[in-house]
Formats: sequence, structure tokens, C-alpha cells
Amino acid sequence: MNRDTRITWINRLLLPLLNILTAFAVTAVVFWLIDVNPIEAAEVLLYGAFGYEEGIGYTIYYTTNFIFTGLAVAVAFHAGLFNIGGEGQAYVGGLGAGLAILFLDPTLGAWVFIPASIIGALVFGGLWALIPAYLQAYRGSHIVITTIMFNFLAASLMVYVMVHVLRETGQMTPQSELFPTNSWMPFVHDVAAGLGYSIEASPLNLSVLLALVCAVLVWFFLWQTRWGYAIRATGKNGTAAVYGGIKPKRIIIVVMCISGALAGLVSINELVGYQHRLIMDFHLGYGFGGIAVALMGRNHPLGIIVAALLFGTLYQGGAELAFEMSGISRDIVVVMQGLVILFCGALEYMYRPWLIRHLAPVDQQQETAGVTA
Amino acid sequence: MNLIMTDTFAIELTDIDKRFGAVHANNKVCLQVKRGNIHGIVGENGAGKSTLMSILYGFYQADAGKIDVLGQAYTFTDTHQAIAAGIGMVHQHFMLVENFTVLENVILGSEGGALLANGLAAARKELTRLGDEYGLKVDLDATIDALSVGLQQRVEILKALYKGAKILILDEPTGVLTPQETDELFRIFAALKQQGVTIMLITHKLREIMSITDQVSVMRAGKMVAHRDTKDTSREELAELMVGRKVLLQVDKKPVDVRAPLMKVKRLTVSDNQGIDRLKDVSFELRAGEVLGVAGVSGNGQTELLEALSGIVQMTSGSIEVLGFKMDRKHPLTPDRLRELGLAHVPEDRHRMGLITDFSASESALLGYHSDPKINTGIWLSNRKVEANCQELMKAFDVRPADPHLKSANFSGGNQQKLILAREMERNPEVLLIGQPTRGVDIGAIEFIHQRIIDMRDAGKAVLLVSVELDEIMSVSDRIIVLCDGEITGRIDAADADERTLGMMMANALDPIDPLQTMDDQHASSKRASSQET
Repeated sequence: MNRDTRITWINRLLLPLLNILTAFAVTAVVFWLIDVNPIEAAEVLLYGAFGYEEGIGYTIYYTTNFIFTGLAVAVAFHAGLFNIGGEGQAYVGGLGAGLAILFLDPTLGAWVFIPASIIGALVFGGLWALIPAYLQAYRGSHIVITTIMFNFLAASLMVYVMVHVLRETGQMTPQSELFPTNSWMPFVHDVAAGLGYSIEASPLNLSVLLALVCAVLVWFFLWQTRWGYAIRATGKNGTAAVYGGIKPKRIIIVVMCISGALAGLVSINELVGYQHRLIMDFHLGYGFGGIAVALMGRNHPLGIIVAALLFGTLYQGGAELAFEMSGISRDIVVVMQGLVILFCGALEYMYRPWLIRHLAPVDQQQETAGVTA
Repeated sequence: MNLIMTDTFAIELTDIDKRFGAVHANNKVCLQVKRGNIHGIVGENGAGKSTLMSILYGFYQADAGKIDVLGQAYTFTDTHQAIAAGIGMVHQHFMLVENFTVLENVILGSEGGALLANGLAAARKELTRLGDEYGLKVDLDATIDALSVGLQQRVEILKALYKGAKILILDEPTGVLTPQETDELFRIFAALKQQGVTIMLITHKLREIMSITDQVSVMRAGKMVAHRDTKDTSREELAELMVGRKVLLQVDKKPVDVRAPLMKVKRLTVSDNQGIDRLKDVSFELRAGEVLGVAGVSGNGQTELLEALSGIVQMTSGSIEVLGFKMDRKHPLTPDRLRELGLAHVPEDRHRMGLITDFSASESALLGYHSDPKINTGIWLSNRKVEANCQELMKAFDVRPADPHLKSANFSGGNQQKLILAREMERNPEVLLIGQPTRGVDIGAIEFIHQRIIDMRDAGKAVLLVSVELDEIMSVSDRIIVLCDGEITGRIDAADADERTLGMMMANALDPIDPLQTMDDQHASSKRASSQET
């Protein structure tokens, strides 16, 4: 194996693996400090996530959200843009999905409702990202600043809409009326029952297939089309892209709309798939989690699916942990996620120099040849 | 007091040696600068001037050699030590905080305590004194971004003097100045000199050297090749020393068979984002079947010319007619449109623009042509076709290793260049723009590249060749235009050109300059010069 291949494998596999293990090791120390047996805790966590059908259902249900937001961050990242507005885009996407369903005739069939709600989520999520994109491309406002501010704007907008416009009549809770049954994304256990298999009920719905389709589409779009080529060229070297006839402003607009649209799909899983009404704060944490998922998944759809599964496991297993073990509160789960994000995101390259020095040392001859060439 | 001191040297450099990898940037360089003199250092880009000054200012450390400043030996390990020894540097690109005032900028790094007020008051007094003494008048409370470039430079000089500089180094100080500002700067130099400040002026503009310096040293290819008293030398001699004489690299060429013009450039002006004209009123025609060489010291408008002709930067005024289509400021043509029309462009800087170093060779071989229907099937950009395309190009231009999967960064400079040339030439463009085709390319590849350029010309295509290598310009081109400071300062047939004439045109040294002349006179004289040449 030559040096380049080794470095590629260090970057793709070894580094994320080591980072994750470090995060778990530190988590174990934290457990040990609060007098919880780390081994026992790990067992509970893994059982909670994968030990029984309902748990698995929940795990994959959470994973679906992280796939959407992870893909959203990754698409923008390939154009050199850091979209940290996934929270807001997911939230406003929910408004799009909800409005599409609430304003359509409730007697229509699922074949109208489901595509309509998906389109609503895509369009609203995309438009919510379009404004920061426009400001970046044509006015020079930094996308990181604008997208994060748009998260707050989205939160305020949704509070207003939920309290004053869409609140169910006669109810105090800021939530919309229940979506008509026809519009629900089918649950996996219902579909399985229809096929003659019996599995435990869980929030897992067919949105997970939508997420996997999106992952394939993102892969195809980025690596198998000329537009994806233009996006990646812009992200890697903007000057060369301009030389190549690519228009960076247009790329910013297109990429951010796609990114926002993907984030908007979180609402299909959450609202159309499970809650069946428009509620407050269904999106919380997924947008930011998506950043960590994309980072860990090396901005590749396959990596994102794996990283999303890890986060889904932590979500579900962590909830189980807080429920099952005394001395562990829900906050510990947040600590665990924080550590994963810290080691996989912020300290991503901590081990890299060390790994390269030991596993892929520079060949002296090769280096001198490189200088003279 | 000044009389006694003039005997000692302000700066004495002995056998300074510096290597960067395989590049020998300074080869046993010796230099003596007399106290209270203005000393010019000239040389082409890459001759080692900047490296030498960086060593003197403590940016780099010499591999070997001795530095004496004002009679005392030093080993500088950082710039603070050089500043403490009395050396001040004014960089080509200013180091100023744009939204700070002049006063705040000057005290940056020597604020004098936690509270600004005391430091500011003391600095104000000192700066007023310096301003009176040297005629360096600047409004201390103006913010930097409100000042003209000339005034910003004055602030840089004040900054150096405030820190106690007795020796000022200025790197290409007139590059960004208007003629009036240059005159003003030279007046300041004269005042500084009277006060006993030693000035080192690094430039490639020979007319300025002749008009302001006392001594001049010439560098070429890392070596100090001559020291002269300015009054005993001439621009012709300096130009010759700067460029040197080398054997031409001969290229087999058929006689030129010029046909219709494919590109007509009329009064093209291009400004940078600070509003300074980088290309001024440039007009020429590029005809089928010829290679038009653009000579000039690097940074005199060549980059802007290539980028304007290929649609990458907006022109400020003028027009370009290419292959029957006209573009101007209001009707620009984009790089992709120009490519469709049959204009190919090999950029000067292959890492910044020519390819994407993180991409595989096959992806880099696609840059600019990713929408080509030959590679796309509907919306699908077929990897198989992309690789086949790259393999074809690699075969045609003998790119090694011929591996389309290899990362672009991992090819040698010559092979990267061949890949770019293959990409741009193999699609049979009508007009080819080439910038620095052989920069950093090994000898074997140079011949090959030159031959391909000549083949294009013989096939009746129009080639515009921009290069800082005079040998290359002279051996490959049929006609030559010379750019200096964004203007065409010479037009000549390659058959009539020799290095001396070109060197003089490149330094715009065909006409004298007097620092006390007014702007109008200079303008008139440079116009006279260009009308003589054409």
C-alpha cells in the first residue's frame, strides 16, 4: 500500500474510529466519577438501542433525522459553505409540510398528501436557506452568521404562527389540529403487518426510505453530474472554478437551497411520520447534530448514514439509560453527545500527525524527488 | 557629525547564502551600503532581492554569511532585533489596520502602557516633530481607509521612523503610486537623506534608479553581479546586467503565414479592486497563424491581460473582438461562453487557477469542459468517459505517470503543466492564450511544450504567449509586445528583437525621467516614447 492510500485510510476510517473510542473512554471516566459502572451503562445503552424491536425502531427513527441534516450540512460543505442553519431550515420545512397538508382537502388520498407534504417541506426549507444564500452571494454577508441568525428568526416565526394562526381551536397548547389519517407517512410496523409480519409498534416510518433515497441522490448529484462537479470545484478552489467558467454566486444559491430543502425533510419524519400534527420544537438538536454527523461521516453519504446511526443509537440508548439507571439523569446523555462532537468535530485531527508519523512515514527518497521535479 | 559618519557603512553584508530546497536564492551575496546614501538594488523577479532584504530584516535567517549594521555585527533571529538595530522596512503591501487612525497605526506595537491616552499624546508630539523635520505631513486623526495609497505609504515610513529607523528599506515603493505620488516620495527621500537616513530602494524600474539613487547593485539568479556608482552607469548597462546574456533556446519554425485577425483588442483598461489601473489603454491584434509574445517583468499587467481576454475579470473600458464576437464592459462574455467560441486559456498559475490540486487528474482534466456533451450522458457525468478523456490527453502529451486516479497535486510541475496544455490544446481551439507555459518545468518538457505551441501556430491558430522568460518570448513568438506598468511600451518583430532592446522596453527605459518633472511632462514624454516605438 503506498503512502497516499494509507493516508486516505487513516483519514476515512482510523481517525473517526479513534476519535469515537476516545469519546467513549472519556464518557466511561465520567460515569466512573459519578459512581456508575461504565460497563453496565454501556450494556443498558446498547440494549436500549438494539435489544428489542421497539428500541431498534426508535434508533432508526432518530437516525433518519440525522441523515437528513447530515446530508444538508455535507452538500453545503462541498461548495465550501458552512450551513449551520439546519435547525431553522428543518423547523420552517415543517411549516411547509404542515401547511400543505392542512390546506388540502382532507378527503384526498395518501398519493396526493405525501408528495405534497414532501414538496412543502423541500420548498419551505430551501427558501429559508435561500435568503442567507442570496446575502452571501450578492451582499457579502457571511453565511455562518446569517444562517445562525435565521435559526432564531425561524423559532420566533414558528411561535407566532403556532400561537396565533395554526393553533387548534379551543386548545391552549400551541399545536395544530391533527393531520387527516390519509396524510400520514405509513409506520413500518403497519406496513410489515400488511405484509404478514408482526413487529412491535414504534415511531419508525417510511421516511427512513426517503432518507436513504436522498443519500443516494446526493451521492449521484455530487459525484456523477456536471453540477456536482461544479459545486466541488468551487469548494476546493474558487479561483480555478471561475477560470473553468463556473459561476460561484449561482453555485451558492443552488447549493444552499438544496441544503435547506434536505434539512426541511426532518419534518416529514417527525410530523408527517409520527406526531401527525404541527408542534413546537420538533426539530431541536437535529440541525446542530447534523454538523457533527457530516463531520464524522467525512461529508460522504455513506459515512453520514453510519454516523447518523451512531447518533441515533446515542439518542435512543441514552434515553433508555436515563430511564433505567438511577444516578443518571437525561443530562448525561447530552454530556455523551457533547463528548462525541468534541472529539469527532473540534478535535478531529488530534491523532492525525501521530498516526501519519507512525503508519505512513514520509519516504525520504520520494520527498527529495518531489522537490527537484 | 554627518561628515565623520559617512566613512562607515550603514549596512555591510558578507557572503550571505540562502537556499530554499533546490533553489539557491542567495549565492554568497556581498553588499556595502554607505551611510546617508540612497542605494538601489535592481534585478528581475526571482533574482533574490526580496530574499536578501528578508534576511536583513530578520524574516529569514541566512544559511551562512555575516551582517553588520552601523558598524556592529548582528545575527537577527526575528524582525524585532532588526528594528532595534535601526532598520525599518516598508513593504510592497502595506501592513496597516484599515479602520484605525494614522496615530493608532503608528503606535501599534509600542503603545507604552495599559492606558492608551499617555502613549497617544507622546506619539502625537513625536510624530508632529518627525513630520516637520522630514516633510512627512499626514493628518494623524484620519482613518487609513480614507487616505490615498501615497499617503498610506507615508504612514508606513512614519511608522518606521517612529520606531527609530536609521536605515529604511523600501520594496518596490512606486509600484502602486501615480507619477505625482512618486515625485512626492522622491522628495521625501531627499529630505530623509539630508537628515542622515540611509535608504535602500528595491525596484526593477531603471529610470527611478537613475534619477534618485547614489549607488546601485544588480542581482541576477541569486548572485550580486555588479555594483556601480549611479553617475558612472547607464540604463543600458543596468538593463544588460539585469537580464544577462544567455544562449537562445532554438525552436524549429516555419516562416510565419499570417492570416486574418482573430482577436482585436481596443483600448483595453482593467482596474483592480482598489481602483488602480493595472492595464492601461492596451490595443493590439492577434492574427491566425502567428504567436504574439507579451514580454514584461512579472506584475506589469500580464495577469490582468490574460484574465480580461479570457473573461475572468471585468474590463473597466475598451473592447475585445474575438472570433467575430464583441465584448465590452456592458456586454461581457463569460469564460464558459468564450470556451464554446473556441478560445482556450492556459493560466499563468497552475496551482491557483489551472487545476484543482485536491482533485484527481481526471477531474482536473475536465475543468472548464465539464458540460461537454461528449462526456455527459443526459444528466450523468460518466466516470468512465471522464477517465477515458484523461487517458487520451495523457497519452497525447506524454503525462507521467499516466494514472487518471492520481491526485493532481502529486504530479511534478512539468506533468501538471502538460496535463493543462493537453486539456486546452486537444480541443482544437482557434485562439490560445498561454501564460508562463514553462514556469517550473524541466528542460525536456520545455522543448516539448514549445514545439506544441509552434504546431498550433502552423495549423493556423492564433496564440498569445505571455512569459517573463525573454528567451522563450524571442524563440517562440513571431511578434512581440512589451508591457510595463500596464502599458504597451514596445512593439517589435521577433526577428529584430534582442535581449537588450527588450530589457530596455521592459523597464520603459527608452526615455529619461526627472523626479522634479510634473505629471504632465511625464505623461507627454511617455506618449512620445510609445509613438516613437510604434
